[in-house]
Parts: sequence; C-alpha cells; structure tokens
Amino acid sequence: MAYALQQLINGVSLGMIYGLIAVGYTMVYGIIGMINFAHGDVFMVGAFVSLITVLLLGIGGGAAGPGALLLVLLAAMAVTALYGWTVERVAYRPLRGSFRLAPLISAIGMSILLQNYVQVAQGARVKPTGTLVPGGVTLMQSEGFNVQFSYVQMLICVVTLGVLAGFTLLVTRTPLGRAMRACEQDRKMAALLGIDTDRIISLTFVIGAALAAVAGCMYLLRYGVIDFYIGFLAGVKAFTAAVLGGIGSLPGAVLGGLLIGLIETFWSAYFSAQYKDVAAFSILILTLVFMPTGLLGRQEVEKV
Amino acid sequence: MNALLRMEGVCAGYGAVQALNDVSLHVDQGEIVTLIGANGAGKSTLLMTLCGEPRARAGHITFDGAEITALPTHAIMRRGIAQSPEGRRVFPRMTVQENLMMGAEALGQPGDELPRVLELFPRLRERFAQRAGTLSGGEQQMLAIGRALMSRPRLLLLDEPSLGLAPLVVKQIFGAIRRLNATQGMTVLLVEQNANLALRLAHRGYVLVNGRITMAGTGAGLLARPEIRDAYLGGAAH
Repeated sequence: MAYALQQLINGVSLGMIYGLIAVGYTMVYGIIGMINFAHGDVFMVGAFVSLITVLLLGIGGGAAGPGALLLVLLAAMAVTALYGWTVERVAYRPLRGSFRLAPLISAIGMSILLQNYVQVAQGARVKPTGTLVPGGVTLMQSEGFNVQFSYVQMLICVVTLGVLAGFTLLVTRTPLGRAMRACEQDRKMAALLGIDTDRIISLTFVIGAALAAVAGCMYLLRYGVIDFYIGFLAGVKAFTAAVLGGIGSLPGAVLGGLLIGLIETFWSAYFSAQYKDVAAFSILILTLVFMPTGLLGRQEVEKV
Repeated sequence: MNALLRMEGVCAGYGAVQALNDVSLHVDQGEIVTLIGANGAGKSTLLMTLCGEPRARAGHITFDGAEITALPTHAIMRRGIAQSPEGRRVFPRMTVQENLMMGAEALGQPGDELPRVLELFPRLRERFAQRAGTLSGGEQQMLAIGRALMSRPRLLLLDEPSLGLAPLVVKQIFGAIRRLNATQGMTVLLVEQNANLALRLAHRGYVLVNGRITMAGTGAGLLARPEIRDAYLGGAAH
C-alpha cells in the first residue's frame, strides 16, 4: 500500500512533465495538422537553457532559492520560445501549401539538427547539476517503507498546474485564445475575418515551446542530469501521451501525459524497469489500432 | 464616380484551372449588386479572389480607391470587407456568441454591433449559448451573415445565402439583407444561383458564364431579358 502510494506520487510528477510536452504536440497538430517531431528536442533545449542559467547564476551543486529557480524557469521559457518561433519560421512556414509529408520530413531534420547542435555546442557527456531542490516530507511509514513526497516533486506539481491553469485561461478567455481556436477549427475562415493566421501559428509554436521549456526545467530539477539525447525519448513518450489523450485535444494531452507517467512508473515498480519504454510504446500501438481518436479526441467529421 | 469596389481585367483560378477570365465589375456605395450564374461559373471564386485567396493572376482590384490586389487576406478584410462564405463556415465548436464576437474581435473591435445583429436575426438570440455546430442550416446562415456584420463592414460579400434552405427561411434572410441596405445603407455584393430572388432584390446584376461576365444591367432589366429567363429562371412559364 505504501509502496503503491509512492509510485502514484512518482508517476504523477513524471506524468506532468510528459503532459506539458504533449500540449505542444497537440496544439501544433490542431492548428496546422502536422506532428512537430522536433518538439521533443525543443524540450531538450529548454533543459539545457535551464542548466546554463543555473551555471550562470552560480547555484549549481547546492540548494537554490526560490528567486533563483524562478529566474531559471523564466530564462528557459523565453529562450526556448525563441527557438520554437525560429523552428516554425525556418523549417515549416516555407513549406506551407506544399505536399503533406514535406513539413513532417522537415521536422525530423530539425530534430536531428537541434540534437547535433547541442551535442557540438555543449559536448556529448551527461551534465550533472547536483540536487537543486533537496529534501521532502515523509507522508507515511509502514513496514519500514517511507513514502516520500519530495519538495522537487511538489514543485513540479505546483508549477505544472499553475502553468496549465494560466494556459487554459489564455485559450478559453482571451481574444488570442479565441483566435487560436478559430484557426484550429477553420483557418481559411479565420483569415476571412481578418485574423493574421501566420501570426497565430507563430504564437502557437512560441507557447508550445515555452511549455516544453517548463517541462525541461522541471526535468533538470528532478533528475539533476541531462544530455543532448533526452529529447528523443521524452518527445516520443509525450507524443504517445498526446495520441492516447486524443490528438488535438488539450485536456486530452494532459490526461494522456499523466497516464503514460503512471503506466511507466507502475510498470517499473511491479514488473521490469528495463521494459518500461516497451510498455509506454505498446500503449501507442494499442491506441492507434483500437482507439485512433484517443480518450478525449473527436471523431473526424468529413467536411461537406 | 468613384466606385467602392472595382475589379478590372481580373483573371484568377486554382492550379491549372482558370476560373475567372478578364472580369471587370464595380459596386457603388449603398448598392446591392448581384452576381448570378450556373454552378461552376466562378461566382465563389470571384468573391474569394476579392479576398485575396486565390490571388488575382492579372488585373486590378481596388477598394475605396486603394489597390488591394496583392494584399494578404487578413489585410484586405481589415479595410472593411466582410464575407459570409460558401458553406457558411461557422466555427462548429464555438458558441453562437463566440462566433459573433470573432467577427469583431479579429479586428480588435469591442463588438458594439451585437445588439443590432441580434435585432436583425432574433433567432441568434435564442441560440446564443449553443454551439454553432448544433444549429440548423438556416440558423447557421444567419450566424454567418451576423458574424460578417459584427465588424461593421463597408462592403458585405454574401455567397449563396439561400443554398439548401427552406423557402420561408430564404425569405427571412433576403428580408434581412433588404433591411440592412435600406436602413443602414449597407453595400452588398450577393452571389446567387437563385437568379429570380437575387435580381428582384438587387439594384444591379452581372451574369457570369464560364468565368466571364456576359451581361450586366439593372435587376429589373436583367429579369426582363428572355435569355436570362430561359437560362436561369427555368423558362418563361416560371
């Protein structure tokens, strides 16, 4: 029981990171109908910007104050947003109106480019930061097993929920959010109303990248080590989460992220840690075969 | 006389298909002008070309004296043109209210037109909080026109507002267009397959055949022409 509770805490905090990344996949899919395969690497860039900011602030190795952590988070969001904007501008916008596979191929190229760029610029070795947020609280003790809710896990939950709440308000309550939904439902009509659809698409990438940066920052705080390759696995899992939740659905992406985090954690705890990725990707295949619209996705309606 | 909208020698099309051929027409301030023609004659393409999508391959389009031929769609619409397009294209997963507000908000306007639009189409008031995808065809058409009106356009483009609707609903919608023009002086360019209705409503009309304008005249004048009656009104017996 205590063991399961511990897995629940671990799974939820991991799932929140996946959920933040998955939102970026699903937003871009909703608005331009493509899978941005470079998104996982944008997350990785976010983690690296966080790391560089940590080093610049000189807070590596020990416990960091809340002000410094906030600065790290904001710097990561700002710089990574710029990356997201640039990726769309350079690799996708020139291909709009081209055949459907063109931006997809371009996205894979962008993914490889970002990985190699970070590998060359930052080196291939793993980068440790030490524990920036140490400690935690013991929720319960039974049969010699302590259920720990660490401060960093609390931080992940609080920050993720806060960011997602702000994001939800943005999408549902602001003119920008309505313009984004209009573009998602009928881009041509949105333009006919005077919406600059290219600008909305750019902003979608910027917001998606900023959310991925939050995930990257949380990942760094949680694990304390990153390398240039973390974007691949995290990206594919977040993509799985977006598909499981129903690609195009924002609540679905968060739900999918939590489920993938939980499945992976419980699988590692009760079966085999080596096979945890197999478990996550089996979900992807099962979803695509038996429930292609996902948990909260819409049935695709043929337009007349 | 400076026309509000003028097209001169416009050619346009999709891919290898040339849908408009050397089209010239004008719409003056305060007029209802209709464009009639058979299915596939290029009527919708003409309205879309005015809005920059597809772009005119030749010729000039001016609005209020300024050239708009090469502007992107959103920039054209921001000059005071609004369209209720073919197929209505309401945002199905937004409420009626949100759809209407989109019409104003996209241009940074507060939506002061809302009371007037709801007065013109009281049905929209009854459906205000409902998702647009759940509306009937007639209600969606009212919503599409209402949404276009929300930005207080100087030129309203209407693409087949009667398509697929019951005669009673068509009557309501055409009545609303007439009222808009009479009370607010709204300038309207109306594309219709229902030539009889359109020519009775409009001050002037153009006939489009295979992407070319073949006839022009007053609404009543065109209605009286035998070749129009034969081709578009189902013969003299109609």
